[in-house]
This record gives sequence, C-alpha cells and structure tokens, in this order.
Amino acid sequence: MGIARLAAALLVSVTLCAALVVPALAVSDAAILAERPPKLLSEFGFFEDSRTQKPAEGVVPFAINTPLFSDNALKFRFVYLPEGKAARYDPQEAFAFPAGAALIKTFAFPADMREPDKDVRLIETRVLIRHEDGWQAWAYLWDEAQQDAVLKIAGAKVDIELGGIAPEPVRFTYSVPNKNQCKGCHAFNGEIAPLGPKARNLNGEFAYADGAANQLEHWSAAGILQGAPAPRDAPAVPAWGDEAAPLEARARAWLDVNCAHCHRREGPASNSGLFLTYGEDDPVALGIGKRPVAAGRGSGGREFDIKPGDPDGSILLYRIESTEPGVMMPELGRGLPQPDAGKLLRDWIATLR
Amino acid sequence: MRAIFRAAAGLAVSLALTAAVAAAELRVEPDDDANEKLIEALILAQPGDTVLIAAGRYELTDGLSLDVDDVTVRGEGTDRTVLSFKGQTGAGEGLLVTSDRVVLEDFAVEDTRGDGVKSKGSDQITFRNLRVEWTGGPKAENGAYGVYPVSSKNVLIEGVLVRGASDAGIYVGQSEDIVVRNSRAEFNVAGIEIENSFRADVYKNVATRNTGGILVFDLPNLPVQGGHDIRVFDNDVVDNDTPNFAPEGNIVAIVPKGMGIMVMANRNVHVFNNRLSGNATTHVLIAAYPEDYEDDDYLFVPRGVYVHDNEYGEGGGEPDGEVGKTISDVSGTPVPDIVWDGVTTIPEYFSWVSAENRIYVDEPDGTTFVNLKMISQLLLPWSTSPDTDISGYKGSLPEPAPVKLPQDGGA
Repeated sequence: MGIARLAAALLVSVTLCAALVVPALAVSDAAILAERPPKLLSEFGFFEDSRTQKPAEGVVPFAINTPLFSDNALKFRFVYLPEGKAARYDPQEAFAFPAGAALIKTFAFPADMREPDKDVRLIETRVLIRHEDGWQAWAYLWDEAQQDAVLKIAGAKVDIELGGIAPEPVRFTYSVPNKNQCKGCHAFNGEIAPLGPKARNLNGEFAYADGAANQLEHWSAAGILQGAPAPRDAPAVPAWGDEAAPLEARARAWLDVNCAHCHRREGPASNSGLFLTYGEDDPVALGIGKRPVAAGRGSGGREFDIKPGDPDGSILLYRIESTEPGVMMPELGRGLPQPDAGKLLRDWIATLR
Repeated sequence: MRAIFRAAAGLAVSLALTAAVAAAELRVEPDDDANEKLIEALILAQPGDTVLIAAGRYELTDGLSLDVDDVTVRGEGTDRTVLSFKGQTGAGEGLLVTSDRVVLEDFAVEDTRGDGVKSKGSDQITFRNLRVEWTGGPKAENGAYGVYPVSSKNVLIEGVLVRGASDAGIYVGQSEDIVVRNSRAEFNVAGIEIENSFRADVYKNVATRNTGGILVFDLPNLPVQGGHDIRVFDNDVVDNDTPNFAPEGNIVAIVPKGMGIMVMANRNVHVFNNRLSGNATTHVLIAAYPEDYEDDDYLFVPRGVYVHDNEYGEGGGEPDGEVGKTISDVSGTPVPDIVWDGVTTIPEYFSWVSAENRIYVDEPDGTTFVNLKMISQLLLPWSTSPDTDISGYKGSLPEPAPVKLPQDGGA
C-alpha cells in the first residue's frame, strides 16, 4: 500500500516541481507563505545573483557581532520582510517578526581561509520563514554548478577541503542539518525561533552598498524594525575576537552565541542547569563551581563545569575543545575545533577567582 | 554528485508521505540508504503513524530524532532490528524524542557515542521491549545513559534491557509520573536511577552486575528538584559487582561496587518487598548528598524513607571505595544490610525530626542495620558510636498511591 501511495505522490510532486521552476526576479511572498516549502531555493527569489549572493530588492544583508562557529564556514545573512511590515524590537530576545518574514543564511567555504573572497563554494542556504503559526526551518543544498539549491529535509553530508587553517589543507565532512536538527538549536520553549537577530548582536556597523551604518539604525530607517532605541541605548556584545574589548565580555558573548541557544532555561539543554546566556548572573548556573549532571564521559574526569582559575580543570573547555561525538559541544553543527575560542575561554577562566 | 539526485528522489518520497492523511505505516528496510530514509521517516511521520523499522542491522552515522506527536516507532524485535551507532559522527544520542504520546518498541540501539535513547520534554512516552547496549562491555568510553527520559511526564519503561552505560542504564531525570517495570539493567554503573523526579514506581525489575543496582537521587542546582513519592518494590537487586567505571566528576562515580539500593536526599521513598543479595558494599544505603554545593533551595538530607519487608541474602562483605571505607570504618565488616549515614541538618541535630521526615526500618528478624550518625555534608565522622539497634527505627509512613499513566493499559 505504502509503495503505491509513494509512486502516486512522486508523480504529483515531480509535476508540481516542474510547474514551479520559473526564474524569480523578486521575492515571492507566496513561496514564503506556502504550506510546503519550494523544492528549489530560487523559487523564493531572495537573490538577484545567487552566485555572488547579491540580494534581491527588499532583502537586507546583515552581520552579527559575534557569530556561531560552524567549522569556519563563511556566512551570508539576509533578512526579508513583506512590504509595509516590520519586526518589533526586543532588548533581550530575537525580534518579533511578522508572518511572511524570512531570515536567510548561506554557508560557504573558500578554498583557502586566508583568501576568503576567492574560490568560494556555496554549500547550503538555511531559510527560517515566519508563518502565522510559527517559524519553519529548511535547509537547501547547493548544486555543484552553483546554479541553485535543493531542499534537503533529511540533511546532507558534504566533504570539504579547506586550506589556510593548518599547514596542510584540512579535509572534513560538513553536516547540513536535517529538519529536527534545525530545531535542536532553534528551539525556544519547544517552538522554533531565530537566534542571531538580537539587539545585542546586531548593534554594530555594517558596510552597506551605500556606506557603513549601524544596523539597528539602518533597519529602523528601512522600515523593517519598529521600536528600536538609539544604538547607544541598546545592548551590544563585542566581536569575540576584538582584543580591544574586555575579556569577560568577549568570552560571555562567545558562550551566548555558541552555547546559550540550548543552555538556557527555555532551551533544549534546560535540564542541565547550565545557563550561558549573556545576561545570566547566577555564577553556579553559569557553571562556576557547578558539578555536571548528565555529562557522562563528557566530563573528561573534571569535577566542575568551570573551575575558577583552572581551565584544564573545567569541563566546559574539555567539551569545547573536543571533536568527538558524545563529548564535544555543541553536539551539532561542528566537526572542527576553534582553537582561538578555546584560548579566549582559557584566558577568561584563568582570571576567575 | 550522486547524492543530490538521491536527495531529489528522497524529497519526492517525503512529499508523498506528508500528503497522507490517514494514519499510515512507514516501513524502512535496511538497504543502502536506510540512514537517510530513517531520518526522513521520523521527520515526515504524521500523528497517528507508525514507523516500522524492518528486521536487519542498520549501521547509522548520525543520530535520529522524532519531533512529531502520536507516533509509534517499532522494530521487529530487539535481536532482529538493530540500530548500530558504532560509526556515529554526530549528535549527542542515538535517538532523541521531543514530542508527546510516543511509543518506542521492539528494537535495539547499540554503541551510541553519547546516550542511547533520550526523550526531552515528552508527555506520555513509552519505552517498551528495547535493548540498549554497549557491546564492548563496561567501559568508561561508553555513553552515559541507556534509556534517558528527562524533563518528561507520564513515562513508561517496561521490558527494557540496558547493558554497559557508563552512568545509568535506565535513567529518569527531572520527570514526573514514572513507571519502570519488568526491565533488566546489568553491567552499568548505576542500573536504574530516578533523579530529581516525582511519583515513580519501580517494580519487578532485575538490577544485577552493575556497580550499584537502583539509585534514587536528588541533586542541587537543577531546574527540577525536591524529588518525592517514590516506590521501589518487588525488584531483584543481586550481585552488583562491576567496578565503578564512570568518568570522574560524575556523581555516580562515588557509588561503590556492590551497592544494592541507594536513596539520597529524596523525600518519601518506600523500599519494600525487594530481594537483595550478593551486594558486597551494602544492600540498602540511605544517605545525604555528600558534596558541597551552593543552592538555597536544595535539601541535602533524605526525608521520610520507609524500608520494610525486603529479603536479604549475603552482602556487605567487601565494602568498596571511599564510601565503602567510610561506612565500614564505623560499622565494621561485614557491613549491615541497611545503612543510614545519620546525617541531619544542624538545627534538627540539636532538636528533633518530625515524624513524616524520619527514617523508618521494619524488616524481618535477623536483618542488620546501622545508623552511622555522621553529621556533615562531607561524610566526616561526627560520632564514633553508631547505632545498630534496628528496633529503634520501627514505624511506618503512608504509602504513596500507585502511579497511573494515561498510556498504560495495566500492569
């Protein structure tokens, strides 16, 4: 029975796909709001030139001050709001986006990290789209010709060879997340939610085509953000690699972005009791002197999540520096270590008393 | 790029599945694409569907997850449908369930890098006739938990076998309304563990060859604490004799080899009609949380524990490790059948403990007992004159009502 149904639906979907493949020059609100996601990324019409990631009109590029580490992938981020609609400002959480909004993020690797603009290979584009009843998360895998990207519900593995991060090119398998894995990070009280577009991470300059500007100001001026205060009155985190910024703020910003999507009271790791959001002010919840609960061999024989003054006695570092499944953190979205972040956290923990 | 063509084909299949309205059986066979098909079937299942995993061996490289309500995931037997995660390169567990009214039954999960089967935030989750095993035997490199419902409610675990977990074989954490029955835990550090949970019935299980058999714990600094109303009865807790192989830092690393049933810092725990033998440290230990902590809301001493009508065989002959030594230094060897560390809060030490918070022991003649009378969070001896007069602890507590689960048709 299952097979007959499969075959019938296969035909239907192939026909549908064929009908929908049209060159898109503007963003398709219909594609965003459709019950099922389009098969091809191009059907959304987010890009005027997808190869160079040049956005279509109304699609605004952005950057966040401290980004999530994803195996050194380059990321191109965009936000789209339907005509006449705006997101509502929130000082702590991701902005409230109206139905029809989309957040778009393309992951790419250059051949060599020392020349990040050269020989860039697009891998996947993740799309978070806002429907009336909540967010949906989809991943699209770029084809070899870099012409278009195809919806991948079950995720994918892509072999990458990356130069410039070690003496020899590093080969690894990059994971495009499946739908559930998207929610593994993008969950807030069990519902899918955006992570990056928070005031503290957007409160910085971006080099727009017509000149650099503060992103909060730019979004407000463009009419896609309502209720934002002046940048100086909005929270901000530093770029984690900005050595001019205070060490603790950099470390906390890194933990906030890389860990706190899970490790917060509303997140998938709520049961751990380890909460790493930027505003967390309970030292034990932050891991200081906190014993592990369900770390298993992830504890690495260490007694505390953070042992003040002792990076090598801190479980946090053990898990961040590991690349072994069952030990490494985050659990998803990473196969390589990020040595500079390890060093930052080491330096921070060493200063704790 | 063959993968992309495969992906396109897979997508068509997916859309077909989502188009279904009536409940369906999605059957996955152990062919070359089984990993991807299994992931897809679990993602695209609709409420009411059954994902049937056909007999065979599945070599999986990535974790599986289910986020759809009202789905049954069924294999064709724990020896016939085997999900092996030996080559796992991602995810923190073998199978993760985050939805409600889910039944997992009749399959095996082997050699996950992290936990075996986990549910987080599920209401009405059933783990039935599962085998979760680390096939290389007890090793510190094994995953922490075999069957692992956490922050869940209405949890039913029955007919489950777990072997080799480096923390707890069957671990229920921060959950409420729990039944664990007719299951078997062996060669784990902790066989069955109920932690920071409310209303649990643990009965007719076998816990053997673990480091410790059955643990009822409450730990500080967690979103859910104050565990209470636990019944542990009709279990066989025998020959728990595997040396502790938990990674250091984990709380179960303190459990000595040969611990039968251990109750730590919980309230209203009833331990009765169990058969205990061959546990070389002690059969029953009632203890306070031994580590230092910072948490004003946490109560570190056990409250209202009632131990009665158990059967005791040989035991206590070879108390193990630091805890074993701490006990036997005071109690002598063989260690009595039932040990209470006697730790109370300081105000209570100088005044009294109310009736519902006391420790009660009512056992057959010949059962041995000791109150170590230690008063310190660090298990430091306060008094060197332990109390071995079991008759002084007679009394009883009203038994918690049996746990009723909406998904349970009966025992």
